[in-house]
Amino acid sequence: MKFKSVFDIIGPVMIGPSSSHTAGAARIGKVARSLFGRQPKWITISFYGSFANTYKGHGTDVAIIGGILDFDTFDERIKSSLGIAHQLGINVTFREEEAVTDHPNTARVKVGDDAGELELVGISIGGGKIEITELNGFELKLSGNHPAILIAHNDKFGAIASVSNLLAKHQINIGHMEVSRKEKGKLALMTIEVDQNIDQSVLDDLSLLPNILQVTKIVD
Amino acid sequence: MFRNVAELVHLAESKNIKIAQVMIEQEMEVKEKTREEILSLMGQNLDVMERAVEKGLTGVHSFSGLTGGDAVLLQKYIQKGQFLTGEIILDAVSKAVATNEVNAAMGTICATPTAGSAGVVPGTLFALKNKLNPSREQMIEFLFTAGAFGFVVANNASISGAAGGCQAEVGSAAGMAAASIVEMAGGTPKQSAEAMAITLKNMLGLVCDPVAGLVEVPCVKRNAMGASNAMIAADMALAGITSRIPCDEVIDAMYKIGQNMPTALKETAQGGLAATPTGKELQEKIFGVSLNKNN
Repeated sequence: MKFKSVFDIIGPVMIGPSSSHTAGAARIGKVARSLFGRQPKWITISFYGSFANTYKGHGTDVAIIGGILDFDTFDERIKSSLGIAHQLGINVTFREEEAVTDHPNTARVKVGDDAGELELVGISIGGGKIEITELNGFELKLSGNHPAILIAHNDKFGAIASVSNLLAKHQINIGHMEVSRKEKGKLALMTIEVDQNIDQSVLDDLSLLPNILQVTKIVD
Repeated sequence: MFRNVAELVHLAESKNIKIAQVMIEQEMEVKEKTREEILSLMGQNLDVMERAVEKGLTGVHSFSGLTGGDAVLLQKYIQKGQFLTGEIILDAVSKAVATNEVNAAMGTICATPTAGSAGVVPGTLFALKNKLNPSREQMIEFLFTAGAFGFVVANNASISGAAGGCQAEVGSAAGMAAASIVEMAGGTPKQSAEAMAITLKNMLGLVCDPVAGLVEVPCVKRNAMGASNAMIAADMALAGITSRIPCDEVIDAMYKIGQNMPTALKETAQGGLAATPTGKELQEKIFGVSLNKNN
């Protein structure tokens, strides 16, 4: 089941006018911000499908930038996010893509600064609910039914074991797990779906493990 | 966990509890929270809805100038006492419009189930408040019942206009409201399901064709009609009328119709009212003078 909480249906509290195009877009932006971990210097957004056709009217552009500025769906500042980004010296580019994607509301977000870049693809599946389908070229297969954590790490021995050991220590059960890497010994990604909600303290502990680059909770 | 309306109704009947209660218990399990915590979270949504209705009834206007002020016109019309239908229906319609006018003006709303359809459930709820004098807890329960039916639609069909047309947005909202109205008025779980089925049947095939891509025309007025549709269907179900096609099959039909709809009629602003001469003219006018909101 894609939707598991009544608050996916009655909610979120948000700034209008469209839950798919505004709240969903803000949430995609916020995931990008949280994965990038800091305020980027430049942002390039590619919109596909309905996003590409109607993003100006829906305020999808201001919403997704608001999310990248770490604003919540109900933050009044979303309305003026483009101006705020400009004042912060962030270079923002929008692209309307013609390619047909699997889902009508698809956005590709690229953010970066002198220290690095991040690219993800998010889809807005209705009522403000989103799924992230791609991260830095890694395809993600998240059911959306369970809390999930993404762990970027170095492809070194013991990295996966240390993560699963720590989760076991906190009595957190792994329901589904995928590991992928671009090249042997380089950047790799663990996608882990778990049964219970995960406290921030567990995420903090995970991020302190050797060879772990970044830890992010992706589904509440 | 219930997967369809039949299971939802069965759960409520077998335990002899309201549909709202079924939803609250499921949410407690999913979120691992207490009943008080779950009720309090929904109470916050109720507060947002109430503030949006109040704000809309003072008269708000969107940036594009396409919508605004109609909720106030309706309230003034009601006060004159010369209306043809009924006061509660018109009040529900006015409050639905109020919410969606706030949404179109980029105000704060609670998506129910989406932002474009956010007016229907609160519109009917706050109109019934004057008639049935519900407690605050009963008003919160109204939202859980609506959420339970929306939960089924979202998981078995769609609540997104881009995926399923406006039948999935305002249609779902109207069905959810109808079911909740029945429960608040003292109807049975089965009658709630009948009201949902009757409402949704009358919303089938509804296209999502926002003029200029804005959630304004025809969205605001469709929330008005969704609210009145829900009130009528609720009265029909309370009168003992049933739907020949079971609720779950109506939801399934809605899903399949949505899949068969051309993309032009699913929130792309390329078909329907958006593609009329006036629709296109409005689009040019609005974007010709720049809708750049950061200016």
